[in-house]
Amino acid sequence: MIERTKMPELEAEIRSHNFEEVALGFNIKQVKIEASRCLDCKNPRCVTACPVNIDIPRFIKLILEDKYEDAYCTIYQDNILPAVCGRVCPQEKQCEGACVLGIKYESISIGALERFLGDYSLKNNFLKNEIIEENNNKVAIIGSGPAGLACAASIRRMGYHVDVYEALHEFGGVLKYGIPEFRLPKTIVDTEIYRLENLGIKFYKNVIIGKTLTIEQLFNEYNYKAIFIGSGAGLPSSLGIKGENLNGVYYANEFLTRVNLMKANNFPHSNTPVKIGETVAVVGGGNVAMDAARTAKRLGAKKVYVVYRRNMESLPARLEEIHHAIEEGIEFRLLLNPVEIIGEAYEIKKVRCQVMVLGDKDASGRQKPVPTDNYEEFDIDNLIIAIGQSPNPIIKKSTPDLKVDDWGRIVVNDYQTSIPGVFAGGDIVTGAATVILAMGAGKEAAIRMDKYIKTL
Amino acid sequence: MYKILDKVELNKDVDLMVIEAPLVAKNTKPGNFVIIRVDNMGERIPLTIVESDANSITIISQKIGYSTKMLGKKNIGDSLEDVVGPLGVPAHIKPVETLVAVAGGVGAAPLYPQVKAYFDQGTKIDLIIGASNKEHLILIDKFKDIVENIYICTDDGSMGEKGFVTKVLERLLNEKSYELAIAIGPLIMMKNVVNLNKNYKLKTDVSLNPIMIDGTGMCGNCRVSIGGKTFFACVDGPDFPGEEIDFDELMERQKYYKHEEHICNLMLGEKK
Repeated sequence: MIERTKMPELEAEIRSHNFEEVALGFNIKQVKIEASRCLDCKNPRCVTACPVNIDIPRFIKLILEDKYEDAYCTIYQDNILPAVCGRVCPQEKQCEGACVLGIKYESISIGALERFLGDYSLKNNFLKNEIIEENNNKVAIIGSGPAGLACAASIRRMGYHVDVYEALHEFGGVLKYGIPEFRLPKTIVDTEIYRLENLGIKFYKNVIIGKTLTIEQLFNEYNYKAIFIGSGAGLPSSLGIKGENLNGVYYANEFLTRVNLMKANNFPHSNTPVKIGETVAVVGGGNVAMDAARTAKRLGAKKVYVVYRRNMESLPARLEEIHHAIEEGIEFRLLLNPVEIIGEAYEIKKVRCQVMVLGDKDASGRQKPVPTDNYEEFDIDNLIIAIGQSPNPIIKKSTPDLKVDDWGRIVVNDYQTSIPGVFAGGDIVTGAATVILAMGAGKEAAIRMDKYIKTL
Repeated sequence: MYKILDKVELNKDVDLMVIEAPLVAKNTKPGNFVIIRVDNMGERIPLTIVESDANSITIISQKIGYSTKMLGKKNIGDSLEDVVGPLGVPAHIKPVETLVAVAGGVGAAPLYPQVKAYFDQGTKIDLIIGASNKEHLILIDKFKDIVENIYICTDDGSMGEKGFVTKVLERLLNEKSYELAIAIGPLIMMKNVVNLNKNYKLKTDVSLNPIMIDGTGMCGNCRVSIGGKTFFACVDGPDFPGEEIDFDELMERQKYYKHEEHICNLMLGEKK
């Protein structure tokens, strides 16, 4: 059996001082070798494991036949952001995790193949002219993140006039403000979104639904037949401990937004600053924590700790991100739970953590961290809180009839919210999850919206 | 793009601009603010909406930092890269018969729409307005139409009484009583007004203007401690009851990027 092709990467020592993309992508030769490993299973488990059910064996077969454009179109039918998803999907938990080859050998590098096709099509400007039969009905999409974009594309293809409203000054949502350049170059996000404009989707920036316009106004003044809410998980969770408002303490959202959206790494050319000292602690174990830790390192921090209350095996981040973080010299301080941030003159000095041990398994199937009587303190210049986000409450606040649960998540029944004609999907419904799950939800919601409009 | 329809230099440091932004203007209420970006490399900065009509909003800004200085370089006919809003919770205009309003420097701008809303509901208002000197007093003529009495003070005595607003306020509080106070100005002024009013059991509403990025509650940069709890000025405010605000913490948070501001200002020198 041929071994799984390794993704070429920038050297850790070099890349940990710049913002260039870490994973360099396969060349055609590597793509062919990797594609040739596919067994073309009769019952492809990879397709079922993909949240948007891409016909993976088919696009791999087309690669082997040199039909790159057809291979790309096969993906594009189900996933409008292949260059993005090839980079940021947790493939080891989805398609690659289900790959039969993985049982005895190593799974096919499906993500890398998807990324190759995405990049290859952007470079060679493959653009399938899609013929859309207009039906003269209008729909509004709130949020231009993964959920909104997927919903917009799907419903546009059914012939609707689609307007996408974005609160920020750039399109892409979390792909822009959350995921760093070294993992997902922003030009790729822009180019993939630009393709959607070619599909006839209209994009409007600086419109906050719930503030600039209300849901009611969208229906009554703009005559949309249906609305999709994909406004994401934009509310940072706090540790709820003493010292969180000291100078030098960031929520990961702020820290990453300063760098990713506002480009603070190019300060002062870009006018938004960011401040990182020599020693930085990032609290949390997910992708956002890895992104924050690796970004801090790139901004010049000498020591960066990931402080996590469970063990290494329980880290929820994508495997590749954890590997990359370790290679870049990020230190993991495990089984520690911050209980106080200690400062002087309103500026952070150190963090005090309670030592944890692992107990019985919890609902997530992982061992639950149990506090001990021991504590550890260490000196830091910054603390970045990356323990999760909950849904942004702005739309709910201006829309009393919209039902949400105790965590602020919009309550839906088959993507339909408590208000007729208003649908929702992605992190605003599930709480913080992945790009591809949000896209899957957007896609499914589009089908329900179409069905709903046809009953009007 | 958001076109500058009118620009008035209120003094050498403060400009008033009328900006075309029909979508923002439509839902604007007193106390709302916008976030603007001057150009595509610009910071996102919050500014209170002073007035609005069907098509435009009025903002007043002091050319104190790099971004506000860049804004000041724009003229009628130019456009701003981004304007988003109306943000924040509209001011809660309370049903009071008497009000003392305190404005410090450019704080007179965000104070104006609130005082106007109180005037519109029939409240009798005394205004204390202070600035470093005569030149830096703004909006006096507009305020004159809507308040009962206006008390002016300047740090150097170039107009009105010499001294801080708190000096005048203390005298007024000894002479008469009010149901409510609002104070908008530098943090140190708001802190001192709140503390003084506490002695007279008078409640004070203030408006905060911490560093913000998105303005939608997403980043948490604008957090403020009130009575030991954390609030986000962008979505929970910007107006809060002043009594339990940790002003000292807020003043330190406001200064966090002072050095970076200096670097930007040096760049401004090079651009001349």
